[in-house]
This record gives sequence, C-alpha cells and structure tokens, in this order.
Amino acid sequence: MSARDEILATVRRSLGAATDDAARRAAVESRIGAGAPGLRPLRGQGDADARARTFVDEAQRVSVTIERVASLDLVPEAAARFLRARNLAAHIRMGEDARLAAMPWSATQLEMTRGPSAGDDLNAISFAEAGVAETGTLVFVSGAHNPTTLNFLPDNHIAVLRTADIEADYEAVWIRLRARFGKGVLPRTVNFVTGPSRSADIEQKLLLGAHGPRSLHIIMVDD
Amino acid sequence: MTAHSTSPAFKENAHNALADAQLQKALGNVRLNFIGRRAAAADRLPEFEALRDQARDIRDHVLRYLDVYLEIYERNVVAAGGHVHWARTADEACSIIVDIAKARGAKTVAKGKSMVSEEIGLNAALERAGVKAIETDLGEYIIQLRGEAPSHIIAPAVHLNQEDVEAEFRKAHTHLPKDRDLEAPEALLAEARAELRAKFLSADVGVTGANFLVAETGTSIIVTNEGNGDLSQILPKVHVVVASIEKIAPTLEDASALMRVLARSATGQDMSVYTTLSTGPRRLDDVDGPQEYHVVLVDNGRSNMLGTDFEDMLRCIRCGACMNHCPVYHAVGGHAYGWVYPGPMGAVLTPSLIGVEKSGHLPNASTFCGRCESVCPVHIPLPKLMRHWREREFERHLSPAPARAGLSLWAFFAKRPALYRFATSVAMRALAWLGRDKGRFASLPLAKGWTKTRDMPAPQGATFQAQWKTQRKRSR
Repeated sequence: MSARDEILATVRRSLGAATDDAARRAAVESRIGAGAPGLRPLRGQGDADARARTFVDEAQRVSVTIERVASLDLVPEAAARFLRARNLAAHIRMGEDARLAAMPWSATQLEMTRGPSAGDDLNAISFAEAGVAETGTLVFVSGAHNPTTLNFLPDNHIAVLRTADIEADYEAVWIRLRARFGKGVLPRTVNFVTGPSRSADIEQKLLLGAHGPRSLHIIMVDD
Repeated sequence: MTAHSTSPAFKENAHNALADAQLQKALGNVRLNFIGRRAAAADRLPEFEALRDQARDIRDHVLRYLDVYLEIYERNVVAAGGHVHWARTADEACSIIVDIAKARGAKTVAKGKSMVSEEIGLNAALERAGVKAIETDLGEYIIQLRGEAPSHIIAPAVHLNQEDVEAEFRKAHTHLPKDRDLEAPEALLAEARAELRAKFLSADVGVTGANFLVAETGTSIIVTNEGNGDLSQILPKVHVVVASIEKIAPTLEDASALMRVLARSATGQDMSVYTTLSTGPRRLDDVDGPQEYHVVLVDNGRSNMLGTDFEDMLRCIRCGACMNHCPVYHAVGGHAYGWVYPGPMGAVLTPSLIGVEKSGHLPNASTFCGRCESVCPVHIPLPKLMRHWREREFERHLSPAPARAGLSLWAFFAKRPALYRFATSVAMRALAWLGRDKGRFASLPLAKGWTKTRDMPAPQGATFQAQWKTQRKRSR
C-alpha cells in the first residue's frame, strides 16, 4: 500500500469512517462551497471613512508611517518627500503596474528602475491590492505588476493604497480575491503585511528590520 | 530519524536548569513579556473568547473529516501545479526532501522556521546527504550556530541572553572585523540580516513549514514576523513545504478565523507581520517566486491519535501560550523537556509521538494549576490529557517504584474510610505532640527533599475530616 493510501486508511480506521462515505464527502463539499464567514470582529466594520480611520490607527500601532494624498498623480512627490525626510537615496524600484507607470515620476528627481529585486535595492514601491482596517494590514498579490520580491528585499518599502480599497476585514478580502481570480483559485503568492519586518528573538526586545523591510510607508490615495 | 530524546532524564535536566543562573535570567523574560502581551491583546478584542470557541470548533470539524479534507487539499495543490508527497514516518519525510534536494543538485537549503522539521530531524538528514541546511529565523540561526535544539516553539532562543548571541556571532562570523561593535541588539540583528541575505540568495531549495493548509484552494499559509518564511520561498528555485497532516483549514474564512487567535495567543500581536499564502509554483505572469512547489504531508503517529483520548491535542495551532503561562516551564525552560515540543503541549504530544515509555516524567511535569488550558486558543484540556498519560504510565508500570509503593499504601487506606480516619487522627496527634515546642519541623524522615527548603508546620486542632463533620452538624 502506498504511504498516501496507508495514512488515509489509518485516519479512516481511527475515525471509524468508511472509505466511500458519500454523506461525509457531501458535508465537506458543502462547507467549502458555502465559504461562510464566521464571527467578524466589530473593530474593522463601518463605512468607508470609519474603515480608513481604523486602518490608519491600527497601521500606526505597528510602526507604519502614512501620508494621505488626494490623487494618484501626487504619489511621486509624496514618495520623494518620504525618502528626503529620512535622508535616503533617491532610487526606487517598481514593477509593471500600469497605475504606477502612469504616475508623473519624471517631475521628481527620483531615479526609477523596473522589475523584481535581486536583493540590492534600497527602496521599492508597490501598489497594494487592498487594505484591512481591522489590523492595519496591507494585501499584495504576486505578478509582474507588483513582484513579491519588492515586498521583502528592499530596506524601505513604500505601498500605494487607494482608500477605497480598504476593506473591513480578511473575509472581505477573500470575497475580493474570489471575484478577481475565481472561486478556489489564488495567485502564486498573496502577502498580508502588517508593519515592517521585526524580530524579538534576542531577549524578546522588539527590533525592526529583520529580513524584510526596516520601514514600511503607506501613501494613501483618497480620490 | 525522529529527533533524539532526553526526556527520560527530565528530573536531572530540570535540576541542572534550576542551578543555571544564566538560563534563569533568560527565563525571566518569558514571565515578564509573554503573559502581559497576550492579556493586552485579548482585552483589546471584545470578541476574543467567542473567537477561541469558534477556533476550537473549526479544528474539531477538520479532525472529524480529516481524510476527506486531505484528499480535497491534495487535488487542489495538484490543480495549481504543485506536488504532494505523503510520509508515514519521520524517515520517509526526510528522504523525500533529501531526494528533492539531491535531484536538483542542491548544495544548500534555506529553511524558514518549522517545528515539524525539528520533529523529523531534517537538518541532520540533509547533512548526512551532503546538503547544508541553513536556519534563517534569527532565533533558529543562533541555536543552529550553537548546535542546540529550540527551547520554545515560537521563540527558539528564549533561553539565551544577548551576551550569548554576541559570543556566538564573534565565533561564527570570523570574516568580519574583530573590533566591530556588537554592544547593541540592533547591531546583532543587522549582522545576522547581512549574513543570511547572502545565504538566501545562493540557496538552491527553500523549505518552510505551514501554519495552515487551506483545502479550498490548495494553499499553504506561513506566518512570521521576520520574513524568513518569505525569503526562503521566493528566492530559491524550489519551495518545499513540510507540514503535518492535521494542519488543514477548510476554507480561507476558516484560516482567517484561526489567524485571529494565533498571533494574539502567541506574541500578543493582533496579527503577525507576514501572513503569506502560497499556491503552487510561479505562474506565467510571475517574474519571481519558485519554479517548483512541493508539499510533504507528515503523519508520524498523528493518524493513530484520532479517535483516542488524545485527539484533542491535534487541535493545537502551535502558539506557545501554554508554555508561556506554565510555572514549570518558567522554572526549567524548554530544553529540560528533552524533546522537540516543550511545556504542557509537549508533555502531552511527546508521549503520543515517541511513546510514553520514552517520555519519562513529562506527564508529571505539571502542577495541574490549569493556566495552560485557560489560555489555550483552541481549549485543549491539557491537564486532563496529562492525567490520562499518568494513568497509562501507572497501568504500564512505568512510574518509579517509590511512587507506586506510596500510591498503593495510600490506596489501601483510602479504600477503608474508618481505618483512614483512625490512622490520620493518630498520626496527626503524634505529629502535634512531637512538634509541640517549636510548632514546626525543620526536617522530617521520608520528606527530606520537601523540608530542605521549607519548614513543615506542626498540626493544630482536629483533622480536616473531623472539622468538616463538626461544621456540617453546626450548620444544620
């Protein structure tokens, strides 16, 4: 008997279940099919304004910095401001996201490069798929538009988030992802990011910038 | 080969741990930080208790239908272009991973933090095959340099102090200037980051664990704060997930419901920094990520726990809250437990996985204070399960002879209430008479260990049972 069949047979024997129990299979299929949300905490709920407020509060609790701007074409200036204020080099790496590409980068002094990171970029910018108010979390999906390496390898990560994309909770994000990619289908990587990278492995002292970015800056676009 | 166990030496291990001043200093951090942080996170979320009940119910549901869920999960991994491997034992799991690494000519494997990889002894197996495994979680990296096992399931180097880490880095990173300043913990972190970044970039294969396996989408979820689980899977060509069979969450909704209690119970965060969902290898429009995605499903004794007294233990989501709140863990630390999983969850799981006869005193390493159960996010009745193991130890004549003799003696009297009352009242009066001068005993025969650090007060008044009888009469 193969390892697979033996493990499954032992599980069934321990549970006292038959090999082909249509009722058990139906119970499981219907639960997966329903995708019913469980208890959704009140914290993230509310109208768009309330969600944006909660998102900002929660993100700041986990050491994220935020600037709000009125429209997408103000993002390059805001990104330049962030780098200048921290005395960081004026280089940013980004993916092929059309919304990022359409921004007026040439109006700034920033030097922009395109593509995934090979581990030697100081700064990167990504367009977030969504935000989660409940915990101030950003959601990124993989692809050429916003490569996953940009979320992790550069020292400083700038995320563009449309205020309209802030959802109440994770459950709302699942609905969004199913609408975009199909039921039961996900892109290769979905990253939920809540603050910059950190470690407390040395005497439980909280230090920022373990393997991922040392800082996470969100430019929230209100248009 | 399943990781080596020194659990039978628990008493000796614990004795040494209590005498280790450096360890005691480090353990102070566990008491100081974890308890308060969890309580604050729980207090901040009014729904927390209801979420714990929900988490328990989800885990119970999964276990009841585990075979069906595993089949659906496998189907969906394959549909997304991934490969699923099944391993009955630790050895099988290791050889599957070693074969994957060798077939790709891998020299190094970057590892995200994974407890099941500790359980199956993966690093040693890779080493034997000439493949170097590099632990990338900061705590795991530190203890790998020291040749130690983790002493905590989420804070593997919690038994160490900053000076230990500095000493280890100076010993290991000899290519760096000898006079560099490593005084601040930030400097240690920066050095580890730079060292490990190079290793991530050159690793041929990445291995991570999984906090959850989502049946609905064939997805593995890994939760970290550092990003070690992410760099381990997006940089190498091959991503291998090693996970035990009970990690299933039916849907994305169920996974997020479990996430809500995981980080809060573990570190007191509302959400860990990185929660990453990985589904298959990179797609056509991806420009990074692994070209191959493998999942190794490890049984290693779990399928036999289903349907037994110990099934509840399979609800565990490995948050570490039970050990963070355990007075025994606080006193002796994780290494004393002698195997991969320490604390109350280890005292229950270790006998289930390696056998009660090889687990020595672990089920007895508890005061039964009940704090572990009271903070467990999935309500595992840990004290009850430890009691089940104690019963089995007794039935199988594994407990030490003096303990067995003492229990038999007590049972003889307990079964004869009249004799019990008579004997205790005689003994009590004798003790009261012997201790009439000082009112206490500095030492007692047969109880030297107990009186070594405290005095035994001499009895006063009637026995408990006699007092009970009088009180009852009076209240009627």
